[in-house]
Parts: sequence; C-alpha cells; structure tokens
Amino acid sequence: MGKVKSLDDLKKMKEEVQSRINLREKSDHPENQVQVKVAMATCGIASGAKEIMDYFINELDKRNIDAIVTQTGCMGYCYAEPTVEITLPGKEPVVFGYVDTKKADEIIEEYIKKGELIDGIIPVTYKTIDE
Amino acid sequence: MQLLICGGTGCRASESNVLKDNLEKELKKRNLQDDVQVVETGCFGFCEKGPIVKVLPDNTFYTEVTPEDAERIVGEHLVKGRQVTDLLYTDPEKKEKIADSKHMDFYKKQIRIALRNCGFIDPENIDDYIARDGYQALGKVITEMTPEEAINEIKESGLRGRGGGGFPAGLKWELTRKSQADQKYVVCNADEGDPGAFMDRSILEGDAHSVLEAMAICGYCTDASKGLIYIRAEYPLAINRLKKSIEQAREYGLLGDNIFGTGFNFDVELRYGAGAFVCGEETALIHSMEGERGEPTVKPPYPSVSGYKGKPTTVNNVETYANVPVIINKGAKWFASIGTDNSKGTKVFALAGKVNNVGLIEVPMGTTLREVIFDIGGGVKDGKKFKSVQTGGPSGGCLTEKHLDTPIDYDNLIASGSMMGSGGMIVMDEDDCMVSVAKYYLDFTVEESCGKCSPCRIGNKRLYEILDKITKGEGTHEDLDKLRNLSNVIMDASLCGLGQTSPNPVMSTMDNFWDEYIAHVEKQECPAGQCKDLLRYEVVPENCVGCTACARNCPVNCISGERKQVHEIDQSVCIKCGACYEKCKFNAIRIV
Repeated sequence: MGKVKSLDDLKKMKEEVQSRINLREKSDHPENQVQVKVAMATCGIASGAKEIMDYFINELDKRNIDAIVTQTGCMGYCYAEPTVEITLPGKEPVVFGYVDTKKADEIIEEYIKKGELIDGIIPVTYKTIDE
Repeated sequence: MQLLICGGTGCRASESNVLKDNLEKELKKRNLQDDVQVVETGCFGFCEKGPIVKVLPDNTFYTEVTPEDAERIVGEHLVKGRQVTDLLYTDPEKKEKIADSKHMDFYKKQIRIALRNCGFIDPENIDDYIARDGYQALGKVITEMTPEEAINEIKESGLRGRGGGGFPAGLKWELTRKSQADQKYVVCNADEGDPGAFMDRSILEGDAHSVLEAMAICGYCTDASKGLIYIRAEYPLAINRLKKSIEQAREYGLLGDNIFGTGFNFDVELRYGAGAFVCGEETALIHSMEGERGEPTVKPPYPSVSGYKGKPTTVNNVETYANVPVIINKGAKWFASIGTDNSKGTKVFALAGKVNNVGLIEVPMGTTLREVIFDIGGGVKDGKKFKSVQTGGPSGGCLTEKHLDTPIDYDNLIASGSMMGSGGMIVMDEDDCMVSVAKYYLDFTVEESCGKCSPCRIGNKRLYEILDKITKGEGTHEDLDKLRNLSNVIMDASLCGLGQTSPNPVMSTMDNFWDEYIAHVEKQECPAGQCKDLLRYEVVPENCVGCTACARNCPVNCISGERKQVHEIDQSVCIKCGACYEKCKFNAIRIV
C-alpha cells in the first residue's frame, strides 16, 4: 500500500481494510445482523455441515448480504442434519433441516432476502433457560 | 472466525504470548490457520481473570486461560462448537457461568471512549486502527478545519486533563497557539507513577495510534511540528508498540512531512524517563527531557509560554489525547452529553486492592463509587466489609462509606477531600489500618520528593516520622495537632503539585478515621490489627491441644511446650509475623 496523500486516500484505505475488523464490530451488535448458525456437531459434520457452512460464508459474501455465520453445537435434531438456524434482525430464530446447497440457496433467496418462510422448517420443541 | 488474545503486560505475565503460539500451533495441526485468525490485542481491562481469550463471532469470553488450554479451545470450541465451560467467567454472586462478556456486570456499566480500541484491534497493525476510523480525525482537522475551529471543538467538548489536574485541554491548546515562537512542541506525558495505576500504559499498549493521531491534531492546532512522548523506561512493551506505531505511521505518510498533501509537517520522538514520580509534574518533566535534573520550577511561566527548550509547549496526558480523535469524529456535543456539569466524558480507572474484579475500567463521569466498586468491581474480596477507597494516588485521599453515593467527577472528589488524580482506585477492607495507609503514602512521597524545596523535603519526612511514632503506640495528642499544622504548612508552601498534595492522605484519614488515630494514641491499640508493635499473639490455654503446629512453624522459635501440653509464646522474641495464628487449627492463638 502506498503513502496516504490525501483524506480521500485514507477513506479508500479504510474501505480496503474494513473487512479486517468487520467481524469484531458486528459481534458487538449481533442483534442487528442476520445470524446464520450451522450445527457442527459430529452428526452435522458427518452429514455435510462443513460444506453448508462454507457455502453460506461464500454465497452471502458474493451476494453482498451482511451476515454473521457461526458454527454451533448439536441442536438435537440429528435426524434432520445438516440443520441451520437463521435469525433475522428483530425476529425469532427459525431452524431449517436437511439443508443441502440447493436448500441453502433457497434459504438465502427466499427467507433471508425476502423474509418468506419456506418448506423444511423444524418446529422448535424446547425452551431455553433465558425465557 | 477470530481469536482475540490479550497482549497487555498483565496477561503476558501470565504467559498469554505462549498461549498465542500454542493456539497457532493447534490451528496449524488441524489445518485451520486460514479460517481462524489469531489477533493479539491490548488490554481487555479484566486483568483479575487474565489471560483473556475472546472467540468471535460468538463473543465467547474465556478467562484465566493457560497455554495448555489451547488444545481444548481449538479442539472443542472451534472444531466441535462446544464451549469450554470451565474457562468461562463465573458470576461471583449468582454462581452461574457467563459466556458473553456483554452480560457481565463488569462490562455492563462501562462506556469505552479512551479504551475504545483496547482489546479490539491488533495494536501492532495500523490497518486495524484505520479500519476503526483511525486518522480520519486528523485528516478532517487538517483539510477541513482551521486550527481555531478545532481548538473550539475541543473547548466545547469540555475535555479536561486526565492526568489529575483537570485543566481544560482546549484552553491549554489555545494558550500555546497564542504564544509566538519559531518552534513549538507537543508533549505527551506518559510518566505514570501512582502506585497501582496502569491506565496510560494500557492505552499505549493497546492503542498507541490514537495518541499519535491526537498529538498530530494538537500540533496542527498549536503550530507545532514536533511531538515528544515522555515515557518511563519501565514500560518496555508500551515503548515497543509505540516505536512500531510511529514507524508505521511514517510509512503511511501520516507522520512526517506534507501530511495529507497539505504541507503540514509533524513527527514524534520518544524520550525515556527513569521512573521518578516528580517527573510527572510538567515542568519537572520538561527539565528531564532537556537532560537537566528532574526538578519542578515555579509557574508561571507556564509551559504554554516557555516549555521545552524555552519554547511554547503543550503537555497533555495519554488518556487526554486518546479522547481527542473521538471528539473530532463524533463532535463536541456528543462528548459533552456524557458526564456531569463540569466534568465531561468518561474516566479510566485502574481498580485495585481488595476488590473482586481487579482491572481497568472506563465509566462516564458521574458514576458513583458504589457502582464502580460493587457493580463493576464485584464488591470487596472474601466477603469482608468495605472500609475505604483511595483515589488520586499519593496526592489523593481516602474516602469512606458515606462517600459511596457521591457521583465521581473532578469537583466532587476534591470537595470530599480527595482528588481525581490519574485514576488509581485502591479499595480497602476492614483489615486495613488507616494510619498505616497514610504512612505508606508518606513513605512513597518522602522517597519521591526531589528535595528542591524544604517544605516538601523536610516536612514530609517529619510527617512520616510522626505517623511512624503513632503506629508504634508512642504518639500523643500533641502529635496529632502537629500532623494537622504541618500538613497545612506543606500544602501552602510547597513549590509543585507533589508537595502541595502530599499531606492529603494524612488529612483525609484524620478527617474520616479520627477514631483510629485516637485508638492508637490513647489506648495504644490498632483496631484493624495491622500495626505490629501494638499487637500481641497469645496462646488460649483452654483451646490449645499441644499439636506443636505453631512451634514448628514459628520462624524465630519463640514458642515452647511439650507435645499435648499447653504452649507458650515468648513475647520478647516474637516478631509478630502471625504464622502461628494462621497455622493453628484450634483457635488457640488470639491477637490482643
């Protein structure tokens, strides 16, 4: 990177390096972001959750959607792995089961972009202790 | 994913650097080094529970992590997605594990302005700082504002000096600006010397660029082209990071000649201090930088008129500078909306002593001592009773229970008989003897007095001697009167801030803990059981079973007695170390 010769240079440079800390800034306010949690326990990984996670990371990036993709533990729906939990800002989390790349594509296009519910939702059968 | 590891001095002392190497090794072993970034940051502030590791994006906050834990964090958390629960923070009251730092009481009440980047960016990488709007304030000031406008912004923000004095920063800059000279200087006072204080060190270790940026802004406002940072040589890590930061800023053209293509030149150099407390006083600091003895001189002339090498010089503290870029970026109004009427913004405190969460905190001015000590600090250690909190270091005073609900700001603390100081805050419990505390601070002042003026050099020594007499049970009522009179004389007649404030610990403890002084003088008793000369360890014959534990542990062999017989302590030899008291399992040793 060359020298900063003007304020515009600095602003451009900031854009370039922004991604270094995006993750850190977003984690401070996860409630304002789309959150994608991929269940990556043994059962999930065995069913291909790693590929699904990579798919989400790459595709969301490509489609310019600001989202946090994290892995999480087993959600208990081992029969339906890979499972993915999506939380849109201000909404309750929704869990999708049997996610393959085709389904993941649908989730991004229909649910994340338009907020429309699609097939494959697993009804939540438990309460967390926070509630 | 990212792993943030604290690389502050505190956590490094607990091997956070080894931990970082181990984490990197573990990641490599699993071929995850491209997916997971390991970032060494500055201080997170929660030093009590260091080393700290924060896992992003899920915000898991691991405490007291040892190098051996690296395998579990990588193997369990990163690979399998399971939190390593025994490394999570446990709430001391509710006894439950808290994974996300946002839910910890320690962080809930804090607002981080000066510490905004500490524990967040990699302090050795300028790109991290730029990504957080770094150097934007400098760019804005140089290209879009006149020096007068920028000074006005700082004045309107109400920013006051964070080194202790609380002088309005904008006014200081204006005074330097108005002084005419061919060369002017910007000085950063990083000679942090209060016992138990480490605010400035942590800022320099965690976010050195913010200080450099602010110094350049100050340079533009006051027509100075040279900046000097006076930092104590005992801060090797801070010096190291400062050097790297200065080099990076030069490389990017953010320091040096023709900054932002405007023809404005500014560069920063380091000057090392040898750790004399008095060199935190601005005139003494300047003399030390000139290679003279670190002694203060009479003000006026103030440094803003005649400072380094006789030229106009602005001297500000590290934390003061760290606030400046934010004020420029977010505006004076925003800054002035935080805090109290006459004290704006936040203050960083180094919380130490007998408090559960020792560490570095930043709270809005106007937060009460109770909130700081009991909510953020988690209360007094081991469930003991709160007795006093010392603020302002050797120049400050001891505040008590009745001051707990006082909102913290410059004026309130002075009205209560203490002062803001640079931000050391030492909590004391029922076991602390306030006469001894006053003696401890006087011991420090006597050691650190430069000796130039006699009230400070001789007066403080005499104060110390009287206090020492009292702690030995030899004090009289006359001595108490002398303490007060002498204190007043020292405060009035001393040359610099060191002597003018050094009797504060004595005065405030006499005001707030008069009973303790009286107990020492009239009854030759130390209510807290600290003054060794006033203590006696005795065997309680009814309880003693003759186990010999006390006799075996006595370092001077002054306890005698046969097995299964009542023991006896030879008072003429006893050094009152308390070893017998601690070892006895039968409550057969008592303190009288």
